[in-house]
Amino acid sequence: MIKLIIILLSAVFINNYVLSRFLGICPFLGVSKKLDSATGMSLAVIFVMLIATAVTWPIQMYLLNPNGLGYLQTIVFILVIAALVQLVEIVLKRYVPSLHKSLGVYLPLITTNCAVLGVTILNIDEGYTFVEAMVNSLGSGLGFFLAMVMFSGVRSTIEGSDIPKSFQGLPITLIAASITSLSFLGFGGVIENLFA
Amino acid sequence: MEPILTAVIPVVIIGIICAAVLVIASKLMAVKEDERFPVIRECLPGANCGACGFAGCDGYAKALCENSNTPTNLCVPGADAVSRQLSEILGVEFADVIEQVAVVHCNGDCSKTQDKVEYHGMESCAAAKLMYGGKGSCTYGCLGLGDCAAACPQDAICIENGIAHVDPRKCIGCGICTKTCPNKLISLVADVEKVVVTCSNKDKGALTRKVCSNGCIGCKKCERVCPMGAIKVTDNVAVIDYEKCTDCTDFGVCAKNCTTGCIVITELSGKHRIKQDN
Repeated sequence: MIKLIIILLSAVFINNYVLSRFLGICPFLGVSKKLDSATGMSLAVIFVMLIATAVTWPIQMYLLNPNGLGYLQTIVFILVIAALVQLVEIVLKRYVPSLHKSLGVYLPLITTNCAVLGVTILNIDEGYTFVEAMVNSLGSGLGFFLAMVMFSGVRSTIEGSDIPKSFQGLPITLIAASITSLSFLGFGGVIENLFA
Repeated sequence: MEPILTAVIPVVIIGIICAAVLVIASKLMAVKEDERFPVIRECLPGANCGACGFAGCDGYAKALCENSNTPTNLCVPGADAVSRQLSEILGVEFADVIEQVAVVHCNGDCSKTQDKVEYHGMESCAAAKLMYGGKGSCTYGCLGLGDCAAACPQDAICIENGIAHVDPRKCIGCGICTKTCPNKLISLVADVEKVVVTCSNKDKGALTRKVCSNGCIGCKKCERVCPMGAIKVTDNVAVIDYEKCTDCTDFGVCAKNCTTGCIVITELSGKHRIKQDN
């Protein structure tokens, strides 16, 4: 149980996908302008990370590894995740239109996002069991959510402040992102010692 | 077996399975589209200009289908004809479209202002703007390299004597040029209006005077003479409030009294109105 908590917390804080591993930067910079779109995007990411792990972990363990096809991991995962997200979109559109509307355009957008692929591949590389892999995916999704919400706050402050002309737009956004990611460095070593 | 085959075959099989599942799912769980959607979409001009405030014509058609409160008069390029068709399909009352025309708020052509540098860079206003605000001595004015003309879907804008001119007979009022102009000189004005301010220089009068003989110097004479109180000098440039500028008792008095001649009387009634009158 403690191991699961450690996996969850370290996925959220220490190995934060956006701010420590630098995966999924595209949506991080692209959709973080407003709080509501940032939340929508992050919820879609959590959702897709969970279902992607739930499908790719068994594929790797029961289909690829026993047949010595482990090297097909990347291409098979991309294929499966892309098809899966399409399928989920169709199902949601039919049965849960309200959720489909709120996830909206973000669902197909993150189909081939590197953060999603990264989670599924790292789950295998770390040698997690199925439950651990699911917990890690949840933590990674929550970490993405945290980073997005925090950064949308930072960006709304930037928008209202007087920035030197040469820094306006993307430059100041990137600087702000790097300072935000610095703050996450402070978590290093904290979680392991929480339960020691 | 060939190693290449052992790699390719599983991927192909997985791909085929995924494709089959997706096809079946999309057939079984197809969501019925509103049958009015294609009809409505057919009425719209298909310019995808975004003047209605929705994401393209598809977005507007969708909003019309789903929400009965969506106004039918939002399509400016389509004007009254489209609005009438839409109101017939949806069974709502016809609403008149306020036709709009793009107006360039700068008249500093070659005879009125001078270049401060010789510019040999990229032929684009956005690029020229980055170089010390452009080649002209007035950094607020038209850069004259035709970003708006290139963006215009109707070829309604031409560059003459170094500044952009909109031909109201061709302009459909989509507003794409208002977004491309790096100096934000172009705005949409209802095509019934008769007076426009043709300057956007926000510098103090003396500075403006130095760089352009057409520039608004913010003397506020127009403010005083306007019988409707519709003109206000904000940031050293006159701005007309078109809501107040109606049924003027002394038409054209602002243009006649303008010290530099930057307020002008023009004929904006263009494409839409001509079509109607015929």
